[in-house]
Amino acid sequence: MAAPFSWIKPEPWGIHVVPADAWVDPARAVDRALVTHGHADHARGGHGATVATPETLAIMRLRYQTGEGPSGGDTTPVAYGETVRLPGNVDATYIPAGHVLGSAQILLEYAGERVIVTGDYKRRADPTCPPFEVTPCDIFITEATFGLPLFRHPPIKEEMDKLLERLNAYPDRCVLVGAYALGKAQRVIAELRAAGHSAPIYLHGAMEKMCRLYEEHGVDLGELRLVADYTKDDMRGHIVICPPSALNDRWSRRLPEPITAMASGWMRVRQRARQRNVELPLIISDHADWGELTRTIKEVDAQENWITHGREEALLRWCQINQRKARALALVGREEEDD
Amino acid sequence: MEKFARLIDALVYTRSRNEKLRLIAQYLRATPDPDRGWALAALTDGLDFPAVKSSTIRTLLKERVDPVLWTLSRDFVGDTAETASLLWPDPLDDQPAPDAPSVSEAVAKLQAMTRANVQSELPVLLDRLDPSGRYALLKLATGAMRIGISSRLGKTAFAQAFDVSVDEVEEYWHALAPPYAELFAWAVDGEAPPDIANMPTFRPFMLAHPLEDTVVDLTDYVAEWKWDGVRVQLVHAGGQTKVYSRSGDDMSHTFPELVSALDQPAVLDGELLVRGTTQGGEANDKTQGGAASFNALQQRLGRKTVSKKMLQEYPAFVRLYDVLRDGDRDLRDMPWTQRRTALEHLLTRLPDTHFDISNIVDADDFDHLARIREGTRDDAIEGLMLKRRDSPYIAGRKTGLWYKWKRDPLLIDCVLMYAQRGSGKRSSFYSDYTFGCWKGDPDTSADGGAELLPVGKAYSGFTDDELKKIDRHVRQNTVQRYGPVRETNKELVFEVAFDSVHESKRHKSGLAMRFPRIRRVRWDKPAHEADRIETLRALVRD
Repeated sequence: MAAPFSWIKPEPWGIHVVPADAWVDPARAVDRALVTHGHADHARGGHGATVATPETLAIMRLRYQTGEGPSGGDTTPVAYGETVRLPGNVDATYIPAGHVLGSAQILLEYAGERVIVTGDYKRRADPTCPPFEVTPCDIFITEATFGLPLFRHPPIKEEMDKLLERLNAYPDRCVLVGAYALGKAQRVIAELRAAGHSAPIYLHGAMEKMCRLYEEHGVDLGELRLVADYTKDDMRGHIVICPPSALNDRWSRRLPEPITAMASGWMRVRQRARQRNVELPLIISDHADWGELTRTIKEVDAQENWITHGREEALLRWCQINQRKARALALVGREEEDD
Repeated sequence: MEKFARLIDALVYTRSRNEKLRLIAQYLRATPDPDRGWALAALTDGLDFPAVKSSTIRTLLKERVDPVLWTLSRDFVGDTAETASLLWPDPLDDQPAPDAPSVSEAVAKLQAMTRANVQSELPVLLDRLDPSGRYALLKLATGAMRIGISSRLGKTAFAQAFDVSVDEVEEYWHALAPPYAELFAWAVDGEAPPDIANMPTFRPFMLAHPLEDTVVDLTDYVAEWKWDGVRVQLVHAGGQTKVYSRSGDDMSHTFPELVSALDQPAVLDGELLVRGTTQGGEANDKTQGGAASFNALQQRLGRKTVSKKMLQEYPAFVRLYDVLRDGDRDLRDMPWTQRRTALEHLLTRLPDTHFDISNIVDADDFDHLARIREGTRDDAIEGLMLKRRDSPYIAGRKTGLWYKWKRDPLLIDCVLMYAQRGSGKRSSFYSDYTFGCWKGDPDTSADGGAELLPVGKAYSGFTDDELKKIDRHVRQNTVQRYGPVRETNKELVFEVAFDSVHESKRHKSGLAMRFPRIRRVRWDKPAHEADRIETLRALVRD
């Protein structure tokens, strides 16, 4: 019999599931990809076959034409809770990760051994996707984007209050919120609706298609308008949402004296907010904070924890202090995204 | 403290100077005494709590957080106070919200702390605050706000809040201590201004703009040497003498010989230098002694006590530039020519052991002056000053009155060796660079016979875009990590500009540069073409 877990091999460009010759979130095109969610540092086009949740496949179809046309490759949709049998007798089960629409942890089972790759995840409630489910396994491969003890994401209600308070204080201006186009933007909108904000919300053009996709999947975002269709005066006293890259772009000149806000977990650190010229930092993240990461490791209680993309060192140290077996994986292509 | 913390946060996130002024002015108007006075002192770096240092905070946190996790967090944030404010445990959910202290209460508590009890007292204060409050408290306590507010901006905001003149504020400022009760009484309630005639208080310096491409007519402007020492102000009033630095810090205890040398009421502006025989000769009058290089003066700076040996080996004197007051006469409104005459008269009453005058540089015209400047390569001289002959003495930098015309820097090509993450705005960037020159010939000893020796460190001179590129280079070319420092492949060449170079034990090369900065990043230049140590050593002047 082969050595335990020799069937799963972390490589710099992804996690290789050897008997199935499949890769989890590979950073380059492969024959068979298992994709946790639609963010660009996990999902990419050009794979021969893509196995993902129907929502993630829809996002990848929108972004990379996955499953469409002669070069789109084959797709295998796997709903939450479903298991798919891969070649080489590997079973893959997709479990909610609570990160963005369609995001999943992938449970891989082979020869009685269980490995979970979380992709990205959070433990807080999110009106746009089902919550993370704690699932027992032998090896838990966790993200560590906010893997430093200083990261404590405050309750989202506080951040929504901050945003609405500023909006109401400047009725002649608008608040421009930079938010990642997939996930963060829709969550901010949905949370604003939950907080009772029913006024129209204005969108940068790059946000439109993804918001429509969310709506098609049953997420109610209320009245959305495109900035391009309205005048400066229409937008006074309103919220405008754009990708972070557009915050300091010439594009924002068409807005009525925007107050620059950014929704991101990095906003907890003042100098990070300053570096981006942000006037109103909103600490809103779709990743687990330090407390969520350590709690999850405890609850999953795997024999071994593998830590990927992010601040591996600190989480590794925490595992060491708490007598949990752990190692860091160095995966390429995982940039500090705009979360 | 909550209002003050909110002000600090708002200032951190505000770029516009006018908006900053508005925020501070609004706070000063809306806040009662003495809270606003303490806040103003905090914003203008006027507070010092000897028991609370950055190291105190580190020690405190390392007792509560694993030291490795502390270091990783501190390294990520780039600021000790902020890291501590974020890592400090929040009160538990079922606890009532803590009763936050007022600014005055916090200041009183901080003042009462001693090295013996700070480790038990500071936590009590921190437990009563939320993360923003903790940040504001720790920034205030360690006396380094570093939130982009200059002392001048704080005073300007004060002047704006109460509609008084900022020059008047400057004038009284240095005679008063936090929480500036007399200043508020004068500005807010219209009471008589503080009487400073008989107090040895600091008067704000007149400063110069760089000349850059301006050409001036020497019939309107006079040229003086710009000496490479420390600009000082000497004040004698009410029987006391004080020596002030450019920022208004009292340096009297460091230079006792100057305190005893000035025994008549006056306010003088000059350059603090140390006697030396080999330096400054060419620009000196025959009757004047030479000055030593800045390196020699450095032996005297920053000392709390001065030994007899120090006084003998590095005797200090002041080369006078200007006079602000002579006896009870204020000369600041007079044109420079008249003040110069007054200064020359005054000099005859001062001991020549400790005072001389900065000579006028005679030139036929501007071109001639430019040639004189280029021909000067003397370590005691930084360049030239150009002063309008009719200029009054005005606090701060006023366009068109005074110019500084520094001589061109020296240049050398060095190789990047180590990079360290910056702090503050640059906390996520590798922005501090140590670079070296070759020992041995890198062209002939290709087998690694030539070795790079560090010669200096710089963290300025490049643009934000260049910083991003260098940061990427560092991350992709790291060969070894030492905490926050990365050793890189020895591939990237910097053209480094510097003012002078001296023998020093600080670097392994035995050389240290004065004010090195990155002049150009030579992405195109192979590392073996960078300069050798001998080239740099040849530029040493002492």
